[in-house]
Amino acid sequence: METVQNGTIKKHTLSLLVSNKPGVLIRISLVFARRGYNIDSLVVSPSQDPAFSVMNIVATGDSQTLDQILKQLNKLVDVLHARDRTGEDIIERELAIIKLRCTPEVRTDILQIARAFSCDVVDLSDKSVTFQISGKTEKLDTANKVFEPFGIMEMVRTGKLLMARGEEATA
Amino acid sequence: MTTKKRTGAEAIIDTMQQQEIEYIFGVPGGNAIPLFDALVDSPIKFVLTRHEQGAIHMADGYARASGKTGVVFVTSGPGSTNVITGLFTANMDSVPLVVICGQQITANLGMDAFQEADISGISYPVVKHSYLIKNPNDIFRIMEEAFYLANSGRPGPVLVDIPKDVSSALVEPRPAGDLHLPGYHIPKEADMSALEHAASLLEQAARPVIIAGQGVIISGAEKQLLYLAEKLRIPVATTLLGKGGFPDHHELCLGMPGMHGTAYANKALDACDLVMAIGARWDDRIVGNKAKFCTRAKKIHIDIDASEIDKVIQADCSIIADAKPALEALNGILRRSNTTEWIKQIARLKKSFPLKYKKEGKLKAQYVIDEICRLSESRAIVTTDVGQHQMWAAQFCKTDLPRHWLSSGGAGTMGYGFPAAIGAQIARPDKTVIAIVGDGGFQMTLCEMATAFVQKLPVKVLLLNNNYLGMVRQWQSMFYDNRLSGVDLEGNPNFVKLAESYGWKGFRIKRSADVRRVLREALAYTQGPCLIDAEVEQHTNVFPMIPAGAGLCDMLLEAPKEKLEKPKGGT
Ligand SMILES: Cc1ncc(C[n+]2csc(CCOP(=O)(O)OP(=O)(O)O)c2C)c(N)n1
Ligand SMILES: [Mg+2]
Repeated sequence: METVQNGTIKKHTLSLLVSNKPGVLIRISLVFARRGYNIDSLVVSPSQDPAFSVMNIVATGDSQTLDQILKQLNKLVDVLHARDRTGEDIIERELAIIKLRCTPEVRTDILQIARAFSCDVVDLSDKSVTFQISGKTEKLDTANKVFEPFGIMEMVRTGKLLMARGEEATA
Repeated sequence: MTTKKRTGAEAIIDTMQQQEIEYIFGVPGGNAIPLFDALVDSPIKFVLTRHEQGAIHMADGYARASGKTGVVFVTSGPGSTNVITGLFTANMDSVPLVVICGQQITANLGMDAFQEADISGISYPVVKHSYLIKNPNDIFRIMEEAFYLANSGRPGPVLVDIPKDVSSALVEPRPAGDLHLPGYHIPKEADMSALEHAASLLEQAARPVIIAGQGVIISGAEKQLLYLAEKLRIPVATTLLGKGGFPDHHELCLGMPGMHGTAYANKALDACDLVMAIGARWDDRIVGNKAKFCTRAKKIHIDIDASEIDKVIQADCSIIADAKPALEALNGILRRSNTTEWIKQIARLKKSFPLKYKKEGKLKAQYVIDEICRLSESRAIVTTDVGQHQMWAAQFCKTDLPRHWLSSGGAGTMGYGFPAAIGAQIARPDKTVIAIVGDGGFQMTLCEMATAFVQKLPVKVLLLNNNYLGMVRQWQSMFYDNRLSGVDLEGNPNFVKLAESYGWKGFRIKRSADVRRVLREALAYTQGPCLIDAEVEQHTNVFPMIPAGAGLCDMLLEAPKEKLEKPKGGT
């Protein structure tokens, strides 16, 4: 791992509860951008209360800067909570849709692998097959690696979804 | 509140009246006309400035001098982009402002319509918060929130962008007090265990120092600070913005620490075994090289803004609270300390390393500042611009009063000092207000001379004219082999004639022998604004100086003989 003055560069998983208003996303991304922190994935969805949204963010950078980012996020008037969930035992899921090049010769191989990853076939043509796959980020990374040699035509991932276990609130 | 339907613009004025706003600074334009129309029937006084930057710095000076929120009205597009520097300045220095921008009609948003600038989007990084009002019925709530946000917790500027159709629409009356800010938290009481920890650290320290920042002044905690310092006999350094939070003439006062701070403040910090920052944020101009900062000292940090804790300096004990209640609580549990030896040491430092300048020879800026401070008996409100004159003013202007020293610290905005003085004079008509400015910065906002004249404000501009962008020249001369580049202010006008052409009184000081006479005359002149053009020595540099990024122990007391390495820190 690359080490910088402020500690080790790593991926951080954050969970936020924010006001559901225009401009909130920019304010949040500015907090990261100003400090040279890259956002790897970002999920925004309405919460049970339509006045608020839930955000799950995965971002890469050093931990001291992350501490400052969290404080700055919490300082934003439109952010109710921002929490670092990295390394915590919480439910993490991601979903991807993968379109593979698929000629009749390799179809059986591909479908076998797909079964091993519990993929759902969502579309099929004579030259392609499209799967939906869900699970932990690591599982999706592995599937990606295994499918790669067959020729991935397109892929889209939701980014990490987070949920605290039991009765605890996530954000 | 009235029950009759009001237009959006009238609703804005209504909330301002509830907030007891007396003055609005600004410049109108097409998309702001409804706002200005609503002003006609209101008792709020409008100060028309010559540039929007002037308006926002005036509102800033008004706010810093009074503690009240400064209000600005500007139009859309360029009117609004012209306030960005002022928003940045106020945001860096925690100044409460509400800036209302006219905007294109809602249907034209995003259409590149005439004078349509995405000002709320542009403002995000330089404001405490900003609003774009699209629904007229949100106006009452948003305006109330804007004022509440601006002047609560850690204060700051709030921008409100209001499309012309929204300010013209009729709005439903709405009861006051209906705020909706679920994500905004102001720290309540200080944590008792943190206070006890701080108290025990303070009592045990043999060589403690307090760094008092503007938070002390914003919070109105001067008495509590004085009590604490006197009770435990702790010397107090005041930051550039904290000046006036602790009396400059007090024996325990160390003056300003940091890059151009007093030698005794820096030496005390370098030797201390405990440093407590109150409402101060360990600014890089004070800390310099973090690894060399107060290495032997325990650190206590009291701040209302949680994001300041551990941002620059890791605190051994942190108290997230407003300075006044935190100090009150601390004072309640503090017993005694023994700093007798330390105080003697501080007295020796003050004696051995006083602030000084050569009085003989050509006219020195420091001498002029020293004298105006003396002749005004340290009772004037002093604003400064940015540069050498600012640092000399910080060194030689002494004040024992809060809100009597206004300077752009975090942003270092040239052009701030003079309009801020206009704002301060409006806030405090009872006071002598002196703007200490350089020939460079003054020219960035001098068009406001017309505003001061029209408003009949007896502000005094003390122009320390060295014909240079002096502070930059100093860096080039010290660290860049004196290769002067872009610092010669050739083409300066005759400032006395310029003043006269604006209806001002102009004075000139050419020699040290003139200083007292001319300053006395200028201070006695109260019929209107006046300018004193002091033609000071051009090549004097500001000392002490800690090169950017160096440690407190690397302080230079005077011009070094040998060539210096280029500084490693930022400007
Ligand atoms: C708006 C702005 N532009 C540039 C600077 C960089 N700067 C800092 S001090 C300074 C020189 C100021 O010259 P002057 O106003 O004559 O004051 P002096 O240093 O000569 O006292 C400059 C250019 C700044 N602080 N603000
Ligand atoms: Mg100059």
